[in-house]
Amino acid sequence: MPIRRPQISLSALGGGEGRGEVGEIQASPDRTAHLTLPVADATGPLPLPPQAGGEGKLGGYRPTRRWILVAAAGAGLPSLAPKATATEATLAEAIRELTGEAPLERGRVTLELPSIVENGNAVPLTVSVESPMTEADHVEAIHIFNQKNPQPYVAAFHLGPRAGKARVSTRIRLADSQRVVAIARLNDGSFWSDSADVIVTLAACTEQ
Amino acid sequence: MRSLFGAALALVATIAIAAEIAPEARRSGHDFDSPETRAMQDDGTANPGMLWVSEGEGLWAKKAGTAALSCRDCHSDAQTSMKGAAARYPVFDTAVGRPVDLEQRINLCRTEHQRAEPFAWESEDLLALTVFVAHQSHGLPIAEDDNPELKPFSAWGDELFHRREGQFNLSCSQCHDDNWGKRLAGSVIPQGHPTGYPVYRLEWQSLGSLQRRLRNCMTGVRAAPYDYGASEAVALELYLMERARGMTIETPAVRP
Amino acid sequence: MARVLINLPERAKRGEIIEIKTLLQHPMETGYRLDSNGAKIPRDIVNLFACTYNGEEVFRAELFPAIAANPFIAFSTIATESDELVFSWTDDDGQTRTETRKIIVE
Repeated sequence: MPIRRPQISLSALGGGEGRGEVGEIQASPDRTAHLTLPVADATGPLPLPPQAGGEGKLGGYRPTRRWILVAAAGAGLPSLAPKATATEATLAEAIRELTGEAPLERGRVTLELPSIVENGNAVPLTVSVESPMTEADHVEAIHIFNQKNPQPYVAAFHLGPRAGKARVSTRIRLADSQRVVAIARLNDGSFWSDSADVIVTLAACTEQ
Repeated sequence: MRSLFGAALALVATIAIAAEIAPEARRSGHDFDSPETRAMQDDGTANPGMLWVSEGEGLWAKKAGTAALSCRDCHSDAQTSMKGAAARYPVFDTAVGRPVDLEQRINLCRTEHQRAEPFAWESEDLLALTVFVAHQSHGLPIAEDDNPELKPFSAWGDELFHRREGQFNLSCSQCHDDNWGKRLAGSVIPQGHPTGYPVYRLEWQSLGSLQRRLRNCMTGVRAAPYDYGASEAVALELYLMERARGMTIETPAVRP
Repeated sequence: MARVLINLPERAKRGEIIEIKTLLQHPMETGYRLDSNGAKIPRDIVNLFACTYNGEEVFRAELFPAIAANPFIAFSTIATESDELVFSWTDDDGQTRTETRKIIVE
């Protein structure tokens, strides 16, 4: 049975301007324009400036929230770090749901995302894993998570030795500047990950 | 109506024209896009606009209306008959006495020859047919007719382009002639050439027409946008195409 | 009917890794948008994409609302036999759209 045509066309939504256009009356009054950097309720580390080469990969030292918490605790000061938001917690939960008690190693996975995008509605993503992709040693699945969308899941790609190589591309929606995480599960049960920070200059999913 | 255009011509003569872009300095919006957006357009297998081109190809062959005719019945193979067509639009339509754009031309065929209901503006079917026809001019230079009957309308479009409007009291020219290449919030201001319409706009998550995009701009300066199909809209389209004369058509383009 | 574009080589050498690109026309309605009356537009996405090659599943993707409209998915597989590749997209209503392509493997 064929997938039916969409009931509500994305084009010319209810009078023509589409979502997110400047001046559109149904935009929620408290919704920030997401024109540049995230606003004060951002909880993660501030986005890095675009890297040369534009991969958006984290590189070098950068103070994490944990570092700040530890340092603050050590200095006897109240915690300088803002509390984790609901979405931050769900990202961590979603990852834990996948990995269980198994450790999450960094490496082998390369998540390619632009470090800054003009529009969060269609952000090209490529994820690849160093793997011979043989019966004995291959990637079984690659899971993509996000930090600030309404839900933490993006996609789960299921591969296997017939893939030849572990490399998948797609386009994703990012509602705000945020971190994206890719986790690969190998056939030996190990989990490997990479993450990338993306600055979004126009929001995609959330209406509020 | 004649007096209106006479007045428009006189008005144009008295308005100081803002700094126009030199012909050799004209660049497509494609050049201002991020590498990722450019790649999305350039790869025909990944360009979402091509989905509508494929749809349009199907509609081209579909019989419609009480005349039970398809586009193909009169125009046969679009790759031949429609090559270069979009490059010339808007054209002056003698029967209606004013320029019509490609969407209007398709609807004129639909009502007069196929004897079917016209497509609604921004409907999936009209977008698909328009982008399919326009895609047949991909790679060709924009080549507006030198028809003297178009002159008053392109002068009107010229005036509209340079006229301040909306609560922000900005004209198209102030952004797209005077400040192209600079940033408005997070986005780079392009020169505003309609080289790739209908365009897949990431903001819309869909294909859309030039008129839709122009309406977005007008809402952006807090002006009441022209109705779809309004004479002002077509006059402005006409002026924009003349301003972009010689530039290469890249339909379907991808833009943020 | 929603359009599909599938790109894969017509022929390949046995053992060669081939790239497959797929593009489906679908709004991937997230369920978070509001219509012009302020009512939530119900979620309507393709939540599963799968590819089988000579009868065996070689790739599967679970999709969520964070996948962009008109979903683009590119993946690879090893050219084993001359046979059919069957691509299927399943939406939230359980409707499945299927496309078949042949490949010649030398």
